[in-house]
Amino acid sequence: MKYSGFKVLWEGLKGNTGWKPLWRKPDPKKNYDIIIVGGGGHGLATAYYLAEKFKITNIAVVEKGWLGSGNIGRNTTIIRSNYLLPQNQPFYEFSLKLWENLEQELNYNSMVSQRGVLNIFHSDSQRDAFVRRGNAMLMSGADASLLGVDALKKLVPFLDFQNSRFPIKGGLWQPRGGTVRHDAVAWGYAKEADSRGVDIIENCETTNFLIKNGRCYGVETTKGVIKSKKVGVCVAGSSSQVMGKIGINLPIESHVLQAFVSEGLKPVIPGVITFGAGHFYVSQSNKGGLVFGGDIDGYNSYAQRGNLPVIEDVCEGGVALMPMIGRARLLRTWGGIMDMSMDGSPIIDKTKIRNLYFNGGWCYGGFKATPASGFCYAHLLATDKPHNDAKDFLFNRFERGRLIDEKGQGNQPNLH
Amino acid sequence: MLIDHPLLGPRDASEFIYMGDAKLLNRPNWKSQNSKTKFLDYGYLRKNPAGVHKELWYHEQGDRSWLLVTRNTVTHEILKVELARDTKGK
Repeated sequence: MKYSGFKVLWEGLKGNTGWKPLWRKPDPKKNYDIIIVGGGGHGLATAYYLAEKFKITNIAVVEKGWLGSGNIGRNTTIIRSNYLLPQNQPFYEFSLKLWENLEQELNYNSMVSQRGVLNIFHSDSQRDAFVRRGNAMLMSGADASLLGVDALKKLVPFLDFQNSRFPIKGGLWQPRGGTVRHDAVAWGYAKEADSRGVDIIENCETTNFLIKNGRCYGVETTKGVIKSKKVGVCVAGSSSQVMGKIGINLPIESHVLQAFVSEGLKPVIPGVITFGAGHFYVSQSNKGGLVFGGDIDGYNSYAQRGNLPVIEDVCEGGVALMPMIGRARLLRTWGGIMDMSMDGSPIIDKTKIRNLYFNGGWCYGGFKATPASGFCYAHLLATDKPHNDAKDFLFNRFERGRLIDEKGQGNQPNLH
Repeated sequence: MLIDHPLLGPRDASEFIYMGDAKLLNRPNWKSQNSKTKFLDYGYLRKNPAGVHKELWYHEQGDRSWLLVTRNTVTHEILKVELARDTKGK
């Protein structure tokens, strides 16, 4: 289905009777070239880029729930490329460039809104760290500028500049960052992958892998056996569960991250703002709700819900940064399961089983990575070689001691 | 979550710091054969189960003891709490 302004007008006149489902509901075929396990944002993006860029269309995406039921529909929708390390930053900048053209490419309104991402700093040493980060961003081709207090007072006058404990000294500003309507990303990729012949099979849980002589040749699912030449796993928080079926232990722990939304308010927050002295980040949705979050709860969890101490901590951070939100009422909180890797960076790599590939360990930064993750995973699946911007996201970095540790925290997943 | 400390009774989980999988209690011998592989496993690889999990909690805001907690990662139910020093090597 093709969307256009004319189509919207035409359907308006016809009582909106001509809209059709965006993807088919096919039964699985017996054989595919590639099976993608996991129909989240990354899996659907992988299928789309395989079909579009690498011309492989005999693909199935198998998803245990419905499309968009996992983290693609549970995140805080922020896109940015403000990383530090040379193994990470070019990848996220590649992702941001794909975001910028996403709606045109998919012919689908994902509400990509580049309203800017502002990281506040509160001390001289934090300023130095942010200058370094900004320079790393500029070197990768991203945009970054350092704003002083005067500029901040014009941009975000409601911040608590005189906070006696954490006075605001300035901010690192990335105007090209912003937010995206998250589940529309899954729907857009699903629509375009489907129209190129990809079978998206929902409510179909992968129960095991078919392996013979160290080679993977398909999957067992709740809808029967499906064979394929290659299998790509892409299941985020369930990574250890899925790979555990064949006895592979991953450098990943699953943790719960909570997100929050307030009641709808008039427009007050211009972009994404992060607190530098605690863990709090906020943006305002198009419906007016403040969408915010903070730290993971910090213990292994598959519960998709968290506990109250973190809710309290996040709200304290918010009120310390912008006291005006103190009287906004919290509408909802929810949790998602994060595949927290041991160094805080992702993995897009082959496994020790031939023809079985793995994509995971996104920690709580998976949403912004969706397009590049799909693109680079498609590149690996199609060519057996890592994409240049993801060439360091390999399993063997742990045994080689070449960790990609943005925060320098070591092998403690709940600190990343 | 309330952690039933063996010495202090029920304490709020926010007094503790989560230190990860209890496999960390069994550090490999660096002189053993293929100790490189064993340390990779020890330092980085985790079973990460959905269900019963043995894990370490450090009582930082309390008596600084290390606890071995058996907890269900799907329901957050705490099944058993022991002092880690009592379980070491068992």
